[in-house]
Amino acid sequence: MEHRAMSEVTFHHHIEDAEFKKRVRKTTILLSVITAIELGIGLTIYTIHKGENPSHLLVLMFKGLVCILTLAKAYYIVSVFMHLGDEIRNMIMTIVVPLMLFIWFIAAFIIDGNSYKNLRNNYDRHFKESTMPRPHHAEPAAPEEPKPGKQ
Amino acid sequence: MANTATAQQTKWWSGGKSPFNLEYGKVMMWYFLMSDAFTFGAFLISYGTIRFSQNFWPDPNVVFNAFPGTGHTNLPLAFVSVMTFILIISSVTMVLAVHAGHNGDKNGVMKWLAWTIVGGLAFLGCQAWEWHHLITGEHITLIDGKLELIGQTTRHNPWGQLVDHNEMLDAIKNTPANVLAEIVHEQKHDSNLAELLKLPKDQLAGMLNTAEMHVREKGPVAFGGYFFGITGFHGFHVFSGVIINIIMLLMTRNNVFQNKGHYLMIEKAGLYWHFVDLVWVFVFLCFYLI
Repeated sequence: MEHRAMSEVTFHHHIEDAEFKKRVRKTTILLSVITAIELGIGLTIYTIHKGENPSHLLVLMFKGLVCILTLAKAYYIVSVFMHLGDEIRNMIMTIVVPLMLFIWFIAAFIIDGNSYKNLRNNYDRHFKESTMPRPHHAEPAAPEEPKPGKQ
Repeated sequence: MANTATAQQTKWWSGGKSPFNLEYGKVMMWYFLMSDAFTFGAFLISYGTIRFSQNFWPDPNVVFNAFPGTGHTNLPLAFVSVMTFILIISSVTMVLAVHAGHNGDKNGVMKWLAWTIVGGLAFLGCQAWEWHHLITGEHITLIDGKLELIGQTTRHNPWGQLVDHNEMLDAIKNTPANVLAEIVHEQKHDSNLAELLKLPKDQLAGMLNTAEMHVREKGPVAFGGYFFGITGFHGFHVFSGVIINIIMLLMTRNNVFQNKGHYLMIEKAGLYWHFVDLVWVFVFLCFYLI
């Protein structure tokens, strides 16, 4: 059955029930599995932190992986649940192209915050000594290199 | 390929047709959501900037490790994963409501909208519990050389670095008796707080189980403000989404959409609801996972 909200809109989103059910089920399972993997990684990061000599590089890699998985989740929600993938190309572009601004937005502000931290560590000794993470245990371990922004 | 592209372009832009083949309300909903994405994005990026400007930031697994009804058991990430699944499932029920609308199935729309509302309310309930737990749950914190019991507010939070054992023993000497009494009471639940408060300070200090005490410094001030601000703004979106869904449910029940001949309004409400889910995916990432 064809709905006409307005004569200019040849509205045509309808898909077959069986195909629709398959698609929704697939996406639901996908989102749940990705979330479960993210939780697994979160707990892995937790156990790494608890360990004797937490490897900052490994933690950073896991955090990056979680970010990528989150973007995958966002893609599926927008494309399937919000049906943006079914719209015509011009419409998709008017949404997606402005969002490219985020690439600059995120990079510029994160780099700015990081640079502010480095400047303060260089010129504000009190800030550095009072906030720099101490090693977990009493024995001074090998001097760790502080990772930007992560504790 | 090139032929179909040209054919489509003349078809969409030669007048008499909607160039995006979408009704006005839905296009505007998309643009509103895009601007809302920038609002949330700006909040989260500002959080990231502050976080990158600090040498120390609280570990989410230390902050979010409680689950309703389990007391002090350490369960990192457990409760927030429940909240995340609630929101994913309510997003699925919304998809089903929109689909029922395509089929003109009034009862289906009402059924799935009702489940979506239930999911939204469940999420809000979880968030209320979490906030209450963070604000009222007091932790031993080293402030100005003595111990204090504080929860997480926008002014202060107890999520700083762990204090080493000797520093803690020094701090106990400077801590007033009433705080020590509360810490002892927290460690021994069968003790009577009123009687502990009558005891002298030295005796209380002797009763402390210092081997199992975890004392932290105050955490970065910005943590509480960002957490409550951003999850609060998201919670407000969930709340308004629930209100919109309730209005949609009542309109469906009153045959408003059936008389119109289409359920496009449900689609617009659906877009908003999915967006709320989408934002939570990123809030979940920024506050709880990394």
